[in-house]
Amino acid sequence: MSQFTFSLMVIAGFVLPLSATAAPQAQEYRIVIKNHRFEPAEVVVPAGQKLQLVVENQDATPEEFESHALNREKVIPGNSKANIFIGPLKPGSYDFVGEYHEDTARGKIIAK
Amino acid sequence: MLGSTIIVFREVLEAALIIAVVLGASRGATGRGRWISAGVAIGAIGACIVAAFAGRISDALNGRGQEFFNAAVLLVAVAMLAWHNVWMSAHGRKLAADMRRLGHDVMMGVKPLSAMLVVTALAVLREGSETVLFLYGLAAGGTGQLALLGGGMLGLAAGAALGFLLYKGLVRIPVRQFFAVTGWIVLLLAAGLAANAAGYLNQAGLLPVLSPQVWDSSNLLSQHSLFGQTLHVLVGYQDRPTGIGLIFYVVTILTIAALMRLVSGNRRNTGSGSLATRSMS
Repeated sequence: MSQFTFSLMVIAGFVLPLSATAAPQAQEYRIVIKNHRFEPAEVVVPAGQKLQLVVENQDATPEEFESHALNREKVIPGNSKANIFIGPLKPGSYDFVGEYHEDTARGKIIAK
Repeated sequence: MLGSTIIVFREVLEAALIIAVVLGASRGATGRGRWISAGVAIGAIGACIVAAFAGRISDALNGRGQEFFNAAVLLVAVAMLAWHNVWMSAHGRKLAADMRRLGHDVMMGVKPLSAMLVVTALAVLREGSETVLFLYGLAAGGTGQLALLGGGMLGLAAGAALGFLLYKGLVRIPVRQFFAVTGWIVLLLAAGLAANAAGYLNQAGLLPVLSPQVWDSSNLLSQHSLFGQTLHVLVGYQDRPTGIGLIFYVVTILTIAALMRLVSGNRRNTGSGSLATRSMS
């Protein structure tokens, strides 16, 4: 039965070797986390394009950028930056939160 | 205190539900308690290590380390769950018959139990590392130790209680249908985890999204609600699924189901054949 484990691992892991491919080119949008708030809390972006959010956590504590609307979830350690690729988006509003400080850390992406 | 309780509860709930399913799926196996406890312990230690190296993991692979790490953890769990279901489709019938006949636990063998140990450890590792990071943040932010501990423990207890309830519900299913039901849950659980993995790989810019939102049922049943999150863990429910996520979901179900069918068919006809080569070709 151990061939099974092996073959399943191969099937499940077949996408990982592709990691060598370069990240796609995308326009950058910078968001800063400070005092458990997003700045800016509202980001207007063009619809129908791939985008890159550069989220810089200036707090000393980690934060989790989370958005069900964008299907994104990423822990950003204190005093560090994270790249998050999104889109192409349909026109509309997409909420995101900092899961660890949901009462203050709230924002939205508006795609036009 | 309430804030920490809710976050810890949410993270613990995901792991607790998976452990409940794993406990159910290995029902009747001698020593499963020890195996799964070991999985929890390994996962908890792993969670602390992952949390300690969160920055390093994030920065790895051009800032996409976290996505690859999460995807890898999820896909290994999918492989283990798949393997378990395939194993059960070969041995489950006999196992259930033995349980009924003997009226007590039977030897299941090391392989399926170690698969369940890995699934447990990975679930605890993933959710646990986020919990550790969150609590560390609160502690560093000056929240009182006692409030933190109290809030965290309350969340842990509530999450564990729901997992326990699910398990109690599962074991009420009669033995005759039991493994058929847990088999389905394991199948859907694996498919949901695969869809999550697709999300991370898309987040890393590795897979196309295909369709950013196939539907939006967040008004009907929010993934953030308790029931929505429970369904998310158990059957992979997403209120705004992506195209690539749905494809991973369906392909995982079809692949595991096909392997299960292959094995149970093979067992009836030719005994143990060269399944791996056949499934690969």
